Amino acid sequence: MNITGYLILSALLFTIGTVGVIVKKNIIAVFLCIELMLNAVNLSFVAFARFLNQTHGQIFVFFVMVVAAAEAAVGLAITVALYRNRKTLSVDETDTLKW
Amino acid sequence: MDTFLFYLFGGVALAAAVNVIAQRRIFYSALSLIMCLCSLAAIYMLLEAPFIAAVQVIVYAGAIMVLFLFVIMLLDPYSSAVLRDKKKVLAYVAALLGVAVIVLLHGSLRAYELARVPRTAASAAGGAYGTVRSIGETLFRDYLLPFEITSVLILVAIIGTVILAKRKI
Repeated sequence: MNITGYLILSALLFTIGTVGVIVKKNIIAVFLCIELMLNAVNLSFVAFARFLNQTHGQIFVFFVMVVAAAEAAVGLAITVALYRNRKTLSVDETDTLKW
Repeated sequence: MDTFLFYLFGGVALAAAVNVIAQRRIFYSALSLIMCLCSLAAIYMLLEAPFIAAVQVIVYAGAIMVLFLFVIMLLDPYSSAVLRDKKKVLAYVAALLGVAVIVLLHGSLRAYELARVPRTAASAAGGAYGTVRSIGETLFRDYLLPFEITSVLILVAIIGTVILAKRKI
């Protein structure tokens, strides 16, 4: 089993996440797709770490997980605050910051 | 055996990922993402990263996704079914863009030619690769400052979350 399979799986997962971010209307669904993209990159990191025989890739995965946890906590708090104030979760209706 | 397990868990991960964006109900999307994360943990085990696999299950599937599920249940479980797709064209544009991204990524993967990198060096490291001990030593020796800065980041996230989630904003 060489690295190409892992990288292709990672690329496919990342692409699915990207399509989800573009397509989904619900803010929480967009968050879920961002998590999917982060995990695809994590898979690349671990695969490269394995095949280059370096532990540093796994350390990076650790940091990515920490940042993802912080991002999820703050993002979901923003979502809750948004729902309280605007009573919507649609990304199409919360476009005040657009333009 | 490795190849079979890779295709098995890779297929499960891909199917779960497609289900994440295909589901109308946001709750099922989240459950599907948990499935995807668990299969990725199995693939991490194949890549000899047991620590990362354990952290993936405990922290990602266990903590972060439970946070997501709590917020989904707190807000509105059926809101994604209520949302109308006004611009159906965007979905097709997104699918086209996805194909373009796949082509670009495939080209760059081919160009890199990392498939030729041998994986024989693992035994040279004395089988210490990927153990909790080696990761801990690297983390607390080479990456001590980033690790400490991470704790500040977590603190900022905690404070920000508490302030944002307060009743009056």
